[in-house]
Amino acid sequence: MNEKELLVRKIENGTVIDHIPSGKGLKVVEILKVGKDQDGSVIVLINAPSKKLGRKDVVKIENRELTKEETNKIALIAPNATINIIKDWEVVEKRKVSLPEILEGIIKCPNSNCITNSNEPITTKFVVEKKIPLKLRCWYCERVFSENEITI
Amino acid sequence: MQLKNIMVRFLSLKNRSIISIRDLEREEIEIILKKAEEMEKVLSEGKNLETMKGKVLATLFFEPSTRTRLSFSTAMQKLGGSVIGFEGTQETSIAKGENLADTIKVVEKYCDVIVIRHPKEGAARFASEISKKPIINAGDGANQHPTQTLLDLYTIRRLKGRIENLNVTLLGDLKYGRVMKSLVYALAMFKANLTLVSPPSLEMPDEILEEIREKFNIKIFQTNDMLAGIRKADVLYVCRIQKERFPDPYEAEKIQRSFRITKEMIEQAKEDMIILHPLPKVTEIDQSIDFSEHAKYFEQAFYGLPVRMAIISLVCE
Repeated sequence: MNEKELLVRKIENGTVIDHIPSGKGLKVVEILKVGKDQDGSVIVLINAPSKKLGRKDVVKIENRELTKEETNKIALIAPNATINIIKDWEVVEKRKVSLPEILEGIIKCPNSNCITNSNEPITTKFVVEKKIPLKLRCWYCERVFSENEITI
Repeated sequence: MQLKNIMVRFLSLKNRSIISIRDLEREEIEIILKKAEEMEKVLSEGKNLETMKGKVLATLFFEPSTRTRLSFSTAMQKLGGSVIGFEGTQETSIAKGENLADTIKVVEKYCDVIVIRHPKEGAARFASEISKKPIINAGDGANQHPTQTLLDLYTIRRLKGRIENLNVTLLGDLKYGRVMKSLVYALAMFKANLTLVSPPSLEMPDEILEEIREKFNIKIFQTNDMLAGIRKADVLYVCRIQKERFPDPYEAEKIQRSFRITKEMIEQAKEDMIILHPLPKVTEIDQSIDFSEHAKYFEQAFYGLPVRMAIISLVCE
């Protein structure tokens, strides 16, 4: 087994997220909240060669099948990601991500006077008003933001 | 099916929080305006109601206010209820560092309905998610002030008989003024003909205009020319320059001085044109205009009372 194969080794059961833009892999892990409470490893491959993207990140999550609702959360940062559900070493389901209607806890509101930017126990929430071009309305301060105004 | 929807919505005003004019359907606004008519009748007959007897309204004003707080307090008392609350945060637990979430969790145990004004945008929405008691937004930063909008709609209909197809000119700081943002949405919903007049740097944000154009399919005329807006108006709605929201106070004063309605301008208006203003006004309307037949802002301030009585009744009863 050569080193390259070791890096991308298969998992027996779980979810593989492929075609993540290079550099966004750790962010995907953060958004999906997969990590130390996981029953199994989380493998993050950063800057792997890709025919489609040139370079890409890949995230493999052992022993956990992510639902559509969960994986759609990464649509903003990885719109072309492919989700592979693995059972007994085989891909049993392959799907794309699509932007959900509501994004919770992913984006920070760019409005510094929004209640979400304070010491309150509050999770940010955005309503997707338009997908192309992207328009998001903050559930709290009601302001609308375009893609270049938001940070994830 | 439609009638059923209206009935469901009618029932749903009970225990409903009033956070943003964007949450309300036209039918719901009509219900509030109709109830306000009943309340105005009660007031004109000099009666006091007992419908809120034993109930408590809490007014949490994290920012100063005169009219809004007083009119809510009076409204509750006219309905037979009582009022608790504070204004400013200096002598409260907030000054000790308590967050809004904790304040709401405590206060909701003492009262039946909460009125809140807060400097942060979205504060009222957040409070409504924490509280089991209905929250009424009395202003959240530069975002919304829905009860002002409801009383504005009531005033226009009361003084002009209708809102549909009236020429309404909104004049002043349309960028920072929360009153104008709520109002333009509601007027579009009621199919008024809208003209927006503002200094060049204080125009209504595009995203708001885009939303109302799409939702209500109406045309909106925008200009920096005050006279053009005044001449065609049936209703001239003026607001002050929101000095406190300006990064540079000198710039705000400069705009305030140049953007001012004079008696000479008003002479070119329609004879039955009415001037409204959410108050407080500073220098944007020449004082001599206060005595003209056009000036209706003090009457408008009075209508805050029946409208707020209506809102309290509908969410509490």
